[in-house]
Amino acid sequence: METNTDQIPQFIQTLAARKLGLKRYKTRICQLNLGLICNQACKHCHLSAGPGRTELMDRETMAAVLDRIGKSEIEIVDITGGAPELNPHLPWLMDQVAGLGKQMMLRCNLSALYELKTDEVKERLETHKTTVVASFPSLNLSQTDAQRGGGTHDLSIKALKMLNDMGYGQEGSGLALDLVSNPSGAFMPAAQDAAEKRFGKVLYERFGIVFNHLFTFANMPLGRFEIWLRKTGNYHSYLSTLHKGFNPCTVEGLMCRNLISVSWDGYLYDCDFNLAAGLAMGNTPLHISEVRDFSFEGRDIAAADHCYACTAGAGFT
Amino acid sequence: MDTYYSPQDLPKFEEIGKDAPELAKSFFDYYGQVFSEGELTEREKALIALAVAQTIQCPYCIDAYTRACLEKGSNLAEMTEALHVATAIRGGASLVHGVQMRNIAEKMSL
Repeated sequence: METNTDQIPQFIQTLAARKLGLKRYKTRICQLNLGLICNQACKHCHLSAGPGRTELMDRETMAAVLDRIGKSEIEIVDITGGAPELNPHLPWLMDQVAGLGKQMMLRCNLSALYELKTDEVKERLETHKTTVVASFPSLNLSQTDAQRGGGTHDLSIKALKMLNDMGYGQEGSGLALDLVSNPSGAFMPAAQDAAEKRFGKVLYERFGIVFNHLFTFANMPLGRFEIWLRKTGNYHSYLSTLHKGFNPCTVEGLMCRNLISVSWDGYLYDCDFNLAAGLAMGNTPLHISEVRDFSFEGRDIAAADHCYACTAGAGFT
Repeated sequence: MDTYYSPQDLPKFEEIGKDAPELAKSFFDYYGQVFSEGELTEREKALIALAVAQTIQCPYCIDAYTRACLEKGSNLAEMTEALHVATAIRGGASLVHGVQMRNIAEKMSL
């Protein structure tokens, strides 16, 4: 039962009260969501991705996105999911992105890369110098497995060792390995600098694992995580925590300023979280086939209360 | 049901400064400095605070520092070990007074 009765203003009211606007800048990052199918069903997933999902981006949609990338000033292509490794067109997509000369990053749950048949993906990770952004919530096995499923902590360690053996995270290799840590519950993440130091020390001392950077992000009150929050009576107090942590200094550098998110079926969103919330760019569904490129500078960014997660504490950039 | 303790009272802690505001300000300034990163990290300090909270059995502090430990990157395994440190010291404090007991008994006994 919820006992927290704090009044929480709407996110857009909080921005207005502080005279803060939220408009798009030049689009520099194109994030493709390759689908909601995933080999894991993490409890904090804002997309409710999992093994039972069937949504997958097809090659035609990928080709349309690549065409618009070619006509825009996109610098980085960010590939996410679900588990993007489960999309059979991923190797082809990686080759095309590399052919456009764009920087590429692959968001990875580690277990898919390690356990599934991903040799074609792994080859291209090295060849195209793709940055791997891997989820690694906690140094503690119980917290990791509680969030991501039994056995995932140990699998993640094996996967990180495999990536290190490929050259990832090693000085001078040009293969960047970044970790992302989300809290295993309805609480704020640890301070990023302190967490990066601690993870760096412990992972190296215990397992000989190295990485480049660690980012700590708050959990989004959407998808499977929202269901859990409401079921356990944590929703209101969690949203209250996010609201109380509102940091106006984060608003300028929010990722939605210069990122465009494309869903598996080709619809455009200001970010992956708006995709999860079904909050279309401009509040009106817009499909990739209706746009010539990704020039949206000056447009208002669609926002709702889940945006408090990106503006709490150090924010989400 | 009426109860002496209510979770809703914890956020009202700073209202204590509505009277004797200078003393409250001094306390909260000191408090903030104590828990800032120093030779010990914020995480280590939160674990110590949790252990002390359980020793003095303050429900407000147990609530606040359970959350703080998690938010500083700790976990139930570490927090439970800290609880056992508190238990060992508290129990040990009783046990070591047994030395005094033994001294007195030995003086009086044949």
